[in-house]
Amino acid sequence: MANLKPPLPRALRPQPRRPSEDNGHAEPGRKEKLAQKGISTIDWIDERTSLSGGARWLMFRKIPKGTNWFYTLGSASLFAFLSQAVTGVILAMYYDPSATRAYESMRYLTNEVFLGEFVRGMHKWGSTVMVILVFLHMARTFFFGAYKYPRELNWVIGVVLLILTLFMSFTGYLLPFDQRSFWATTVGVAINGTGPLVGPYLNDFMRAGPEFGVTTLARFYALHMLVLPGAIAAMIGAHLYLVARLGTTAPPWMKADIPADSRKDDA
Amino acid sequence: MARERKPPKQKQTTEAAQIPGAFEGETISRRRFMTGTVHAAGGIAAAAFTLPAVGLAVAPMFDKQEPHWQVIGPVADFPGETYIPRTLTLVRGIGDVGKSTVYIRKYNTKFDNEERDEYNEFIAISTRCMHLGCPVRFVAASERFICPCHGGVYDFQGKVDGGPPVRPLDRFYTRVRNGHVEVGPRFSVNSELKRFSPRDPGMPLDGVGQYLYPARPSVRKLPNT
Repeated sequence: MANLKPPLPRALRPQPRRPSEDNGHAEPGRKEKLAQKGISTIDWIDERTSLSGGARWLMFRKIPKGTNWFYTLGSASLFAFLSQAVTGVILAMYYDPSATRAYESMRYLTNEVFLGEFVRGMHKWGSTVMVILVFLHMARTFFFGAYKYPRELNWVIGVVLLILTLFMSFTGYLLPFDQRSFWATTVGVAINGTGPLVGPYLNDFMRAGPEFGVTTLARFYALHMLVLPGAIAAMIGAHLYLVARLGTTAPPWMKADIPADSRKDDA
Repeated sequence: MARERKPPKQKQTTEAAQIPGAFEGETISRRRFMTGTVHAAGGIAAAAFTLPAVGLAVAPMFDKQEPHWQVIGPVADFPGETYIPRTLTLVRGIGDVGKSTVYIRKYNTKFDNEERDEYNEFIAISTRCMHLGCPVRFVAASERFICPCHGGVYDFQGKVDGGPPVRPLDRFYTRVRNGHVEVGPRFSVNSELKRFSPRDPGMPLDGVGQYLYPARPSVRKLPNT
């Protein structure tokens, strides 16, 4: 039978090499060499780790029809956390968690250091942004019914992450050590203490004693920059693993496609 | 007549016999024993660094604060009709953060009816609001302590007069040495001004409150007071 396909337009037909292109026998250009080096590096790692399979599993997932902008709130929360982590690590290079020098170190950072005020501002406002994003993400999950079987455990992990985020806000609020942060923390600790039976002991644990003392600030600092971020990072890992394993849900207004040849009562 | 049955073999022996390569009388496989041993060793190793670390973190909860007394001024400085503010160092070594204002006056039979002893010849009122810990101030014109945060009001004795506070203002022990007033450790009071070990703000001491919010090992009232 004759070839029924229409011929390709001239512009799309493969072009024969021009004589100046040397029919592919010439040395590869710098660009090709560089690309080849990159590929061989990645291959070298992949041959020894088999990471590409995991990366494909994580990144190239099937997503349901109807996926929309609301589904970006989780990633947004993740990036808010990463931004807090990066700015926080740099702020820690200038911060001195001692009751007599904390305020002065923050004053120096804010007023004297190049970009100090800007990075501190990113950390300060970013914390609020993160709390808002986490709540929006939670609301999306709730209203889309994405917490239902088999994703209940991911909801539970998400609630733990929310609580850890609020703990981060609480412990971080003290660190600038100005009047506002000191009295806000005084009030916050008192609220915490009103929990019956355990409240008084929890307060002593948080303050490292019956009064705001020599090591209270260092304790809040260690919780804020070591314990809580570590816990949050681990929980985010578990959260993402379950997202990749279970997939995302379609929005509730999407109806399942019913094949035309299915019987009516199958629908 | 029923045939005489063979007595069933003991279960343990049967199981032991099923372990490949087991010697006579062995009741647990060697693989299982090794697994258990390794898990136990790992558990001991983890506990060896976790327990001391956790102990260090919670140690301050059990570290009892020794009472210390600060000279606050000569006896003649403090009248019985109004409060005189003085700065008290609650925690040493942390600068201004460790300081607090305390209001002091002489015991006055016109207002005070609690039992007199060596520790209340002068009344020292803490400025820590018993709602959530904000600093109250004494307003002489209204003879009241007023909190700026959430509107707590206390009368001249420090008893709750209005607003959210759950108990009267804390007090400090006072004593007179060599003609000077000394201020000692803090104590809390219930609405009858009975002394209790110090509690944090927000913890009521009337009724079941004193049991719901128990005293902590880190700080106690003076014995027999």
